[in-house]
Amino acid sequence: MIQLKKRAWSSESFGHIVWRRFRAHRFSFFCLILLAALTLSAILAPVIAPHDPNEIAGMFSAAPTAEFPLGTDQIGRDELSRLLYAARVSLLVGFLATVISTAIGVVLGLLSGYFGGWVDMVIMRFTDMVMSFPYILLVLVAAAIFRPGMWNIILILGFVDWPGVARLVRGSTLSLRESNFVKSSVVAGMSKAHILFSEILPNTTAPILIYATLVLAMSMLDEAALSFLGMGVQPPMPSLGNMLNGAQSLTILTSKPWLWLPPGLMIVVLVMCINFVGDALRDAMDPTSIHRT
Amino acid sequence: MADQQPILSVEHLKKYYPIRGGIIPHTLMQVKAVDDVSFSIREGETLGLVGESGCGKSTVGRQIVALERPTSGRVRYRGVVISSLPERKLGPIRTSLQMIFQDSYSSLNPRKRVFDILAEPMLYHKMVARADADAEVERLLGLVGLPKDSKGRYPHEFSGGQRQRICIARALSLRPRLIVCDEPVSSLDVSIQAQILNLLRRLQKELGLTYLFIGHGLGAVHYVSDRIAVMYLGRIVEVAKAHELFAHPAHPYSQALCAAVPNPDPDDRREPLVLKGEVGWQVEKTGKREQSRGCRFYPRCRMAKPSCLGRDPALEPVSPGSGHLVACPFAVSRETPGKDG
Repeated sequence: MIQLKKRAWSSESFGHIVWRRFRAHRFSFFCLILLAALTLSAILAPVIAPHDPNEIAGMFSAAPTAEFPLGTDQIGRDELSRLLYAARVSLLVGFLATVISTAIGVVLGLLSGYFGGWVDMVIMRFTDMVMSFPYILLVLVAAAIFRPGMWNIILILGFVDWPGVARLVRGSTLSLRESNFVKSSVVAGMSKAHILFSEILPNTTAPILIYATLVLAMSMLDEAALSFLGMGVQPPMPSLGNMLNGAQSLTILTSKPWLWLPPGLMIVVLVMCINFVGDALRDAMDPTSIHRT
Repeated sequence: MADQQPILSVEHLKKYYPIRGGIIPHTLMQVKAVDDVSFSIREGETLGLVGESGCGKSTVGRQIVALERPTSGRVRYRGVVISSLPERKLGPIRTSLQMIFQDSYSSLNPRKRVFDILAEPMLYHKMVARADADAEVERLLGLVGLPKDSKGRYPHEFSGGQRQRICIARALSLRPRLIVCDEPVSSLDVSIQAQILNLLRRLQKELGLTYLFIGHGLGAVHYVSDRIAVMYLGRIVEVAKAHELFAHPAHPYSQALCAAVPNPDPDDRREPLVLKGEVGWQVEKTGKREQSRGCRFYPRCRMAKPSCLGRDPALEPVSPGSGHLVACPFAVSRETPGKDG
């Protein structure tokens, strides 16, 4: 691959076009800002959290007060601090799982689509196999075998989420392989690595990025579900799922909403924001409308 | 120029595409896209290759630049058989043979600036030092008549004709000897077509290039070609000097093609030669014994006789010693063509 020095050229780059068009989506742009704010507060949790998330600081299941703005949980820990730390864990799980699954999917999809033949056959049958497993069951079994915990959850989610990406990348690669610019690279005698990573890959980034936002939202939901079932992130480490775990009885649901409303809302808001951002990204990156604006 | 060794020769080239299917996948039938094509191109010459859509002319082009490998037959470049060489042994021949495609939009990577499109192949083959790449790109842009500041732009910022110029510049960047032009002007406006054709001719003169010019519009092909080969259903039916082919088309198919070229002279009232009938076979069941099924043009030929079904006509000189070859026994027997088609 040949990396050329970037120069200050007048022409608008693809990134600029996407950014300009993304901003035109008012609501999604608002979602992006909200997402950025939540992510930042999660990253800065150690600085801004009023209490240690594991410290028993107050009464059990106390209603919100000035000292504990979101109340305390069943064993007297500050709900707000736990929420910030939980968002941090959930975002980290989602992000790393997405990075792993996207990386696996992109590599397998590129190889499968470009080389075709028996390589494609082997990779795609394997993909079908992984896809045909009942997803949540597979994750549960894997979590049971490998002991639940944050890092194991990241790896497990990362290794089961890739088939969608692989199929997507394979599809684009198949069509790009037939395009004239790839053919002229072949005629120009460029190496396969150059063609795969410099000609084909940049043209698949848009669908990959959009799909990755979906995987990110999905992994966060999966982590919440697993932790709720007790197979995910283990207490005392807080996660959005295991915070909800404490709120399983009807009395708590009806009389102590501060125990389940904040983490529940956090999940909804995060997942919704990610989905809206992905949606706007799809519109902004749509190659067929590149010329319109 | 006539007795030089040809820069490129194609010998009995065949390309069959399998149609697979069945419960146990196997080849059911095959499409004979190119079926025994032979020709040669001399250095500095332009050979036009015409024929209707699907007659295999682009397939021939792709095999010459080794994008596809022939089912059988050979492609020779300066005497070296390249059609059976593995990719990594092609070496410098790879860059000597370049191609320009019909659709200039899909020929340029939409995510790259013109500078990268032009410079990457040269840098990859170390044909130019990194420090000189900028100047070299500017020189190439000048050569194809584009402003120097085009190098910072993306392909979608150019018109069809300008994109085709970029494609030509990219092909030239590797200092090729032969360029396969696969319908380079078919998707352009007529006024732009003329500009691109003139550019190709000028470059040929300046750089001593050889072209295989593939097209379906006889007008454009005639304008740039020294000789023209007419293809029909995977086979060459006639080869002649460009003006000769226009003046005296010998094969009934070439006659129909020539008659279809619009003539701006209102006094010239020619009888149009309309082709009737179905396009013949190109798909054949495999496993059948190879047997001649006669002339491929038979179903649409106005001169068809029962004897045409007997054997596949070979390319023969129109008159002894002539460079004008035709694959029709009736065309050979006639001394002078009756009608100017």
